[in-house]
Amino acid sequence: MQIALERRPERSNTLAVLSPLLAVVLTLVTGACLFALLGKNPVTALTVYFLDPLTDAYSLQEIVVKATPLVLIAVGLSLCYLANAWNIGAEGQFLMGAVAGTWVEVSTHGSDAGAWVLPAMLVVGALAGAAYALIPAVLKVRYGASEILTSLMLVYVADLFLDYLVRGPWRDPQGFNFPTTAEFDPVATMPLLIEGSRVHLGAVIALVVVVVTWITLRRSLKGFEIRLVGAAPRAARFAGFDSDKLILFTFAVSGALAGLAGIIEVAGPVGHLQPNISPGYGFTAIIVAFLGRLNPIGILIAGLFLALTFIGGEGAQITLKVPLDLTKVFQGILLFYVLACDSLVVYRVRLIRTHRKAAAHGIA
Amino acid sequence: MLDARPAGPPDGTPLLQTVGLTKRFGNFVAVNAVDLELHASRIHALLGENGAGKSTMVKMMYGLLAPSDGELRFAGRSVELANPAEARALGVGMVFQHFSLFESLTVAENVALGLDGKEPFAQLTARLAEVSRTYGLPLEPSREVWRLSIGERQRIEIVRALLQNPKLLILDEPTAVLTPQEADQLFVTLERLRGEGRAILYISHKLDEVKRLCDMATVLRGGRKVATCDPRQETAASLATMMVGAAVKELRHASVAKRGVPRLFVEHLTLPPDDPHGVALDDVTLEVCGGEIVGIAGVAGNGQDELFAALSGERLATGEARIAIDGEPAGQLSITARRRLGAAFVPEERLGHATAPRFKLSDNALVSGHAASGMTLYGFILPAAMLAVVDKATEAFDVRKAKRDPEAVSLSGGNLQKFVVGREILREPGVLVVSQPTWGVDAGAAATIRQALIDLAGRGSAVLVISQDLDELEEIADRICVMFHGRLTKPRDAHTTDRSTIGLMMGGVDVPEQEAAHANRP
Repeated sequence: MQIALERRPERSNTLAVLSPLLAVVLTLVTGACLFALLGKNPVTALTVYFLDPLTDAYSLQEIVVKATPLVLIAVGLSLCYLANAWNIGAEGQFLMGAVAGTWVEVSTHGSDAGAWVLPAMLVVGALAGAAYALIPAVLKVRYGASEILTSLMLVYVADLFLDYLVRGPWRDPQGFNFPTTAEFDPVATMPLLIEGSRVHLGAVIALVVVVVTWITLRRSLKGFEIRLVGAAPRAARFAGFDSDKLILFTFAVSGALAGLAGIIEVAGPVGHLQPNISPGYGFTAIIVAFLGRLNPIGILIAGLFLALTFIGGEGAQITLKVPLDLTKVFQGILLFYVLACDSLVVYRVRLIRTHRKAAAHGIA
Repeated sequence: MLDARPAGPPDGTPLLQTVGLTKRFGNFVAVNAVDLELHASRIHALLGENGAGKSTMVKMMYGLLAPSDGELRFAGRSVELANPAEARALGVGMVFQHFSLFESLTVAENVALGLDGKEPFAQLTARLAEVSRTYGLPLEPSREVWRLSIGERQRIEIVRALLQNPKLLILDEPTAVLTPQEADQLFVTLERLRGEGRAILYISHKLDEVKRLCDMATVLRGGRKVATCDPRQETAASLATMMVGAAVKELRHASVAKRGVPRLFVEHLTLPPDDPHGVALDDVTLEVCGGEIVGIAGVAGNGQDELFAALSGERLATGEARIAIDGEPAGQLSITARRRLGAAFVPEERLGHATAPRFKLSDNALVSGHAASGMTLYGFILPAAMLAVVDKATEAFDVRKAKRDPEAVSLSGGNLQKFVVGREILREPGVLVVSQPTWGVDAGAAATIRQALIDLAGRGSAVLVISQDLDELEEIADRICVMFHGRLTKPRDAHTTDRSTIGLMMGGVDVPEQEAAHANRP
C-alpha cells in the first residue's frame, strides 16, 4: 500500500469550504490528546477553552475587541499572500503604526486640540505602517532580498524603538517610572460602540475593510491583478501587470492596515502607549489569513475564532492552571493543520496497491 | 497460449502484446480494449490525434500507469509492471517527448542520473561514448546540457535508453523538435536498430514520416483502435482520415493575397538574454505587411522566445532598436499599450503563459482582454463581457469543454489553444504575433487555427508566425525567414524556396539566394 497525492482536474469548491473546518476539528482532537497528557480531563478543558467564552456577554465583547486587530491585519496580509509576497512583519508594522499615531497624541497632549486628533492619529498610523512595510518590499524589488527575513527582522527593530520611546522621551512624568505614556486625551480615544464595554469603533472599521477588500478582490481589475500575479506570474506579465509594482502595492496596503490596527489598539482598549501592546497580533494574523483561506469573509470568521482561543486561554489559565503559552501551541497546531488540509483542495489522497515500495518515475 | 513460455520467443510470437488493454480515469475511458502486437525487427507506428490515447497507452507499457483492465504480455508471458524500473528490466526503453535533463549538468552526469544501476561513472562514460559512436549519435560526454541543441539533447535521451540494451524502444513524437536534416539522421539510427532485431514503437502524427519509416501502423481514435495497417500501402490522406474519422479539410487560401502597407516593423533589434541559458537577439530586422503571413522557422532555442518577448513588450527594446506597430513607435511601450495599438499576441506556452491554469476561461479572457476589449469600467471588471468572449470563442472556434466556464487546465491542449487563438483573433488585431500556434494540437484543431490565421491576413492584418513546424509554415506563410543563434535571415518567398534550403538555414548554413527576382524587400 502506498499513499499518493493526486492532482484533481479542477479545484474542489466543497473542500475549499470544508478544509478550514477539518483543520479546526483536527486541532481540537490534538488538543484533547494534549490535555489528556497533561492530566486534565479533555472534555472539561475543551469546554473551558472553546465554549465557556461564548456563554457570557463580557467574553463575547472581548472576542470582538481581540478580533478587531486580527481581522484588520489579516485582510492586508491576505493581499500580500495572494500576490505571492510574503510579509511576515505585520507585528512590526502594527507597532510602528501605534508609535506614529501616538506621536500625534503626544504632540497635542493636554492642548485644547479639537476632534481632528483621532482621525489624524489613524491616518498617520496607517501611513507609518505602510512606510515601514515598504522597507522590505523595496529591498526585495530592488536587490532581491528575501522579504520573509527582512520583514521579520524589522519586527524587533520596531519593538525596541517603541520600548525606547516609552522609557525615554515619552514616559509619563506622573507614571511612577513605569514605561508608559500618559493616558490619551478623550479626543484621542476610540469612541465606544457599547457604553460600559470595551467594544469600540475599530470593529466597524474592520468590517468596512472586510467588505471593501472583498469587493476589490472579486470585482476590480486590481483584485484580478493580485490574484493573477500570485497564481501565474508569467501569465500576469503577459497580461501587462508589473509584479514589482504589485509587491510594493500589497506591502504598502498590508502595512497600512497593520499600522491602522496598531494605533486603533492603543487609542482604544489600551488607552496609552506601552510595551507589550500586542500579544502577537501580527503573527497570529498570519494564521487568521490562512484559516480564512485568504478570503476577507473567511478572515472575519477566522479572526473571531482565533480571538476565542485568546479569551479561552485566559480562562483556562485561571480555572485549569495551565500555562497561557498553551494558546500559542494551539495556534501553531491550527496553522499546521490549515496548511496541510489546504492541499486537499487541489489534490486528493489515493491509496495505491504496489508490489513493493518503488519510487515512481519522475516523468509523467 | 499465454502461460510460461521460454524467454526467447519463437518466430511469430510478438515481443510485446497488449490484449484488451484498457485505462479508465473515473468515468472517462482513455484507452478502450486495445489489442496491439509489436514484433522484433519492426518499426511500428502508433498514430492518433492528441487525446486519442497514445500517451496513456505507452505509459501503461512503460509501467507509469497501471491498466484498469486487459493484459500486457512480454514475449508471450503475462506481466504486471509496477513501475518503469520493472519495464526497463524487461527490456523496454522509452524516449519521452519532453526531455528530463538537468541543464547545468554534463551529458554523462545526466545519463548516470537516469539509470538504475550502480555502474562506476568512468565505465559508464566510456560506454556512453561507445554507444554514441556506434549508432551515429555524436555526443560529447563532458559537455553541459545547456550548451547543446535540441537535437543533441534528444540524442542523450536515446543513448540513455540504448545503454540498457532494450529489446523494445518507444519514442514519443521524436521529430517534433528536429530540423529535417536532424530527423533524417534519426531515421538512419532507427533503421539500424531495427536491423539489430529490436522492436520500435514510433508515436507520431506526421504521416509522411510514418509512411517512410514504419512497417506497421496502429491508428487510435477516441481511445479505440480503428485500424492496423501497412502505412506504405496507404496514402497520407487515407491515414489522416482514419485518425480524424472524417476527411481533413484542405486550407482555403485568401483569393487575393495582396501585400499591403507594413504594419509591423522591426529594425536593429539587439537584446541580451535575461537568463544565463537564453539567447541574445542580434540585429533583427523584419517587416510584416497587412494581408500577409510571415513565418519564422528555426530550431527551438535560437532566440524565438526572446524575439516574442521583445515584440510583445514583455521586454522593452533597448539601444537603437526600433519597433513600430501601424507606424507608431512601440519599442518602449508595455504589452498593454501595444495591444491598444491593435496588436495581439499568442505565446508558445498555453498553460502558465497564455493562460493561468487554475483560472476560469472568463478570467483568462481578461488576461489579454483588459487592455482594449471593454471588459472593464472604471477599474471594475464586467463578468458578462468576459463570459461573452468565452461564448464567442467557443462558437467561432468549436472549443469543446465540459461546462460553460471551466478552468483553463481542464481543457485538452487543442481546445485550449483554440480558445487562446480565438480570444486574440476575435479582437480583430491589426498585427498578430503567434508562437507555435499548433504545437501539440490535434489535426482538426490545427486546421481550424491555421485557417483562422489565413483568414485574418485575408482581412488585411499582418500575421507573424514563429514555428518549428516547417510543414505548417509551408502551408500558411507567404514569406519565410529563419532564426539561428539570435539572428534572423532575410525573408524568402515561401512558395519558391524549397524545404532543404530552409532546413540548411535552420542548421546555420548560409544559403545564398539564387534568384534575385524572388528577393523581397528587407
